[in-house]
Amino acid sequence: MTQSPLLTIDDLWIDVGSRPVIEGVSLSIKPGEMLGLVGESGCGKSVTALSIMRLLAEPPMHIRQGAIHYDGQDILAMSNLELEQLRGNQIAMIFQEPMTSLNPVFTIGDQIAEVVLLHKTSDRAKAARRAVELLDRVGIPAPEKAAQKFPHEMSGGQRQRAMIAIALACDPQLLIADEPTTALDVTVQAQILELIEDLRGEMGMAVLLITHDLGVVSQYCGRVAVMYGGRVVEEAPADELFTNPRHRYTEALLRTIPAANPPGVELPAIPGTVPPPGARPNGCAFHPRCSFCLDICTEEMPELTGDDHHRLRCWNAA
Amino acid sequence: MTLLEIKNLSKIYHGKNGAKVQALSDVSLDIAAGEVVGVVGESGCGKSTLGRSLLRLIEPSGGQVLFEGQDIVPLKKSALKPMRRDLQIIFQDPFGSLNPRHKVGKVIGEPLEVHGIGTKQQRQEKVRELLDLVGLPQNAIDRHPHEFSGGQRQRIAIARALALDPKLIVADEAVSALDVSIQSQIINLIAKLQKQLNISILFISHDLSVIRHVSDRIAIMYLGRIVEMGETEEVMQNPQHPYTQSLLSAIPRVGEKRARTVLAGEVPDPANPPSGCAFHTRCPKVMDVCKQTRPELKAQTQGAVACHLFPQ
Repeated sequence: MTQSPLLTIDDLWIDVGSRPVIEGVSLSIKPGEMLGLVGESGCGKSVTALSIMRLLAEPPMHIRQGAIHYDGQDILAMSNLELEQLRGNQIAMIFQEPMTSLNPVFTIGDQIAEVVLLHKTSDRAKAARRAVELLDRVGIPAPEKAAQKFPHEMSGGQRQRAMIAIALACDPQLLIADEPTTALDVTVQAQILELIEDLRGEMGMAVLLITHDLGVVSQYCGRVAVMYGGRVVEEAPADELFTNPRHRYTEALLRTIPAANPPGVELPAIPGTVPPPGARPNGCAFHPRCSFCLDICTEEMPELTGDDHHRLRCWNAA
Repeated sequence: MTLLEIKNLSKIYHGKNGAKVQALSDVSLDIAAGEVVGVVGESGCGKSTLGRSLLRLIEPSGGQVLFEGQDIVPLKKSALKPMRRDLQIIFQDPFGSLNPRHKVGKVIGEPLEVHGIGTKQQRQEKVRELLDLVGLPQNAIDRHPHEFSGGQRQRIAIARALALDPKLIVADEAVSALDVSIQSQIINLIAKLQKQLNISILFISHDLSVIRHVSDRIAIMYLGRIVEMGETEEVMQNPQHPYTQSLLSAIPRVGEKRARTVLAGEVPDPANPPSGCAFHTRCPKVMDVCKQTRPELKAQTQGAVACHLFPQ
């Protein structure tokens, strides 16, 4: 059962000024699947997401090489007009802090209707009705009233729901969610993740879920890609990755979380710090922190090994 | 031996147009010498207000904070200063809590200077010891905070908090801003130093898995009140209050699948709290009495719970 991917990223390299932040990322997302992209700060997960939407600040950022294809179309070759059609219509994105992505001087209803007017219809009344429908769909109580509210009149969870309503306005095939619940309380986080999962099932939309939270990925994603130092270091179905991590970084990360350890014992910590872009070591970026480091790890970047089911870049895999 | 006893502590913030926000209501809690007590809850539950008012970084509106038997709430600033040697705090954001203009040596040594402890040379010596203790290199002394990563900055903040050999530290989301791989280093460091120096810690966090790992006892807060309190493992394995149960089930865990009970609604506005039990608007086990009468925190066979499902 091979389905052709909806989105493929192929050997993508992105620099900030002269410093590489993304160093050869390859990823693909199939229609309707939820792919988790996990990693710590500075690993390049958000930059990867922004590049799919061509939302990178260029300059200073610059795509040095690689290709991004959406449904057969080359995103990197698109004109601004074509990109406008792609964004919102085909691919939509939500961010961590809805307060900064919403316009504080327009009502929620107007902001949803704006997207509908831009892409779907020129009938204002229809667009306004669609806005109310969408607010209802994302579980906002009294949607007619909510449409009249300004962002500051809503709670964090309601604002994230409103952002999702905007993202859904044009029935996108791919939703990129960049840390969508990081700023929310855990009980509200559970609601938002359930909502995204329901919408994925119902609309057949693919989701790229970017997060630092391994628990979130484990519970919601079918497949997971782990990033470190600007590269995808391991990729596998979630069940497989969490029960049988093979890259030494993934393995160490799963062992170090408090929930994986009995209370009170010393956590098996990973020494050192995440190298920032521009200060990444030679060879495998994880080698200075790795307890299984070989000589070759300090010199050469590991090749991508494994099969389509479980890929990794590690010279001394588990 | 009880080191700190908080009795009926409350804090009311006064807003515009006479609006009142009761951030902390009648919170009572004690911490023994060498004990780690975890305080957990969602935003607006009052956990940070609790940590800060017991240090009087925020002035409490009522109640008592007895430190070694002495109430510090009515103390004048001058009388409070010597107490501050024993009571320290570590904040969440190691970027915002360290003066960027000062070198690390000065940042860590400042509490010693403020309290007029030792000669300049003795203070230098103490700073060097502290750097060792928290695992920072000696040459850190002449560098600025911005030259360090988030985890290392949190080590600096910990060294500063330890400078005066305090008896109690409030750790307010001290590891929440850190990456997963760094978080465990800092948790280990805090746990190690706590044992080594026999310090009491009030560990405030929204992250139950972190709290569980470090705390002897935990208090669960909701909208300014403690709703459940008990031995950490008892509460984690057998949560009593419906809110504690929901909170535990909402935490995404590696290796578990979805479809747990998802709590509806959000934390109510503290300026306009619900009648009766503040949790009744979201509680899956709500009864009529919950809407009318607020349950008191009462000792039960296991810990203490504020819920009408239990004998009041």
